[in-house]
Amino acid sequence: MSVIAAPPKGRKSDRPVSVASPKKNVIGFLANAVLVVIGACFLLPLCWLIFASVDNKATYQTKFPEEFSLDNFAAVLTPELTFLPLWNSLIISVGTAGITIVAALLAAYPLSRYQARFNKPFMYGVLFATGLPITAIMVPVYSLFVQFNLLDSIPGTILFMAASSLPIAIFMTKNFMDSVPITLEEAAWIDGASAMGALRLIVVPLMRPGIAVVGIFVFFQAWGNFFVPFILLLSPNKQPAAISIYSFFGQYGAIAYGQLAAFSLIYAVPAIVLYVLVSRGIGGSFALAGAVKG
Amino acid sequence: MTAEVLAPQDTHVRRPKSNSGSRRRPVREIVKAMRMIPLLPAILIMITFLAGPIIWSIYGSFTNASLTGVNASNPQWIGFENYLKLVNDPVFPLSIWLTAIFTFGSAVISQNALGLGLALLMQKADKKVTASVGTIIVAAWILPEIVAAFVCYAYFSLDGTLNQILANFGMTGPNWLYSFPMFAIILANLWRGTAFSMMVYQAALNDVPPEITEAAMIDGAGGSKRLLLVTIPMIKNTIVTNTMLISLLTLSVFTLIYVMTAGGPGNDSTTLPILAYKEAFRFSNIGYGTAIATVMLIIGAIFSVVYIRALRPQKD
Repeated sequence: MSVIAAPPKGRKSDRPVSVASPKKNVIGFLANAVLVVIGACFLLPLCWLIFASVDNKATYQTKFPEEFSLDNFAAVLTPELTFLPLWNSLIISVGTAGITIVAALLAAYPLSRYQARFNKPFMYGVLFATGLPITAIMVPVYSLFVQFNLLDSIPGTILFMAASSLPIAIFMTKNFMDSVPITLEEAAWIDGASAMGALRLIVVPLMRPGIAVVGIFVFFQAWGNFFVPFILLLSPNKQPAAISIYSFFGQYGAIAYGQLAAFSLIYAVPAIVLYVLVSRGIGGSFALAGAVKG
Repeated sequence: MTAEVLAPQDTHVRRPKSNSGSRRRPVREIVKAMRMIPLLPAILIMITFLAGPIIWSIYGSFTNASLTGVNASNPQWIGFENYLKLVNDPVFPLSIWLTAIFTFGSAVISQNALGLGLALLMQKADKKVTASVGTIIVAAWILPEIVAAFVCYAYFSLDGTLNQILANFGMTGPNWLYSFPMFAIILANLWRGTAFSMMVYQAALNDVPPEITEAAMIDGAGGSKRLLLVTIPMIKNTIVTNTMLISLLTLSVFTLIYVMTAGGPGNDSTTLPILAYKEAFRFSNIGYGTAIATVMLIIGAIFSVVYIRALRPQKD
């Protein structure tokens, strides 16, 4: 966890360079070549997305557009095609991240600061829950939502998504909180602050980067989630972008490839921006993975 | 790293000093309990929306609940009938087998190997090459699930990019999604998931002190020997935890398969999540779908326990 809490800038360059390797150039050249080939293989599928989005006559073939046009974007940027689904995605993701962070911060405080017999089994339970396949419980969640009359309700969906991201969020938040030294709070306690006051005034400000990582991680997952809203939200005006993407399929018999690609890019941009924010500003390139790094 | 949570943290936690001889006063017990109050919101949410469905899943698997009709509002208790049906259903063993192939093929073997390979290569390669190739691989990972699924669909479809490339070499490619659905979804998941393992291994390899590999080099160990006898043993724990984690992630992949093949043709790529979805929502047999979900939960739970156990020895 210390990796995230204090990300060393530019790790690569700080790394001592081996002076004992005689064949460095040959190995380096081979490594570069192999990396470039693998990179090209990974890039190919992405090329279609980018080329098709600026091509009026796009198909599933990857080809450089004959003429560059932004018509696809213009066609897609309408309230019902893009803005409403993106707005729904935003509400769901912000709601999920907000609830998750508040609940996780509150839960992490006693877990991190007090020793109780209850803590260890609770953390084991949380860790166990992070491993459960959420996909598996979607069928029972559906029938439970039918019973509670929560189907097609955005708040209900948000609460479920918050519940499913809470185990990992509590886990990460507790780890971040453990790295905040307790001495500062002890000073505050002596000055008469309550536990919650110390949490709000001392711990939270000190672990702001950690909170940002958790928040962005949860937001990121909620933003990209397809299966949960696919099962729980039925009316088109409540569905997030992940579901409305299907409206480019077969509605008028043919698939609007170019528009599909353009919409996909618009929908993907917030995820990309958030990732860049986390990896550049807050943690290392592995900040999101860091929570589970062994 | 993760194991730290499970180990007692003597440095941070303020351990209430047990005054020797003092009686356990009830007031102190109440104060102790009061301190745990902030846990309540999280516990309530998780009990309602996480533990609830799991218990419901076990209960529902013993009923004949359906999506519509009489059994939707008033399901009957039918005992082990769903599970008996499951055992006799030829699709179920096939589905377990396909899930195993998918998980082993795309996560345990390929993502792990490719991720580790990339991380090792990146240590030797030029910094600019590392950065740009790393960006491309991570890009596949940060795309929203559904977008990645469409991209893969476009790539593998009959008139898609892969066959276009093969045509350039004078070959006529098959319809990958119909003829080789498992191959296509395994490659797709490899494309999408490798970044995670790559980043985990990059971080792990950065923590291996170069002095140690260098000492081995001076002792005459060649490149492959250094890798097998020094580097790999040093990141052994990371390999174990990463393998468990990507297995858990792959086990529950739904969107990618649903968009690319929808489990088809026939049931040739119907992994467990797809099977549960199909039975519950397409054949409106919620009870039966719930039984499949329960089996999946049990498999997930076993993996999860193994994962927790794998985390522990790091500290103990």
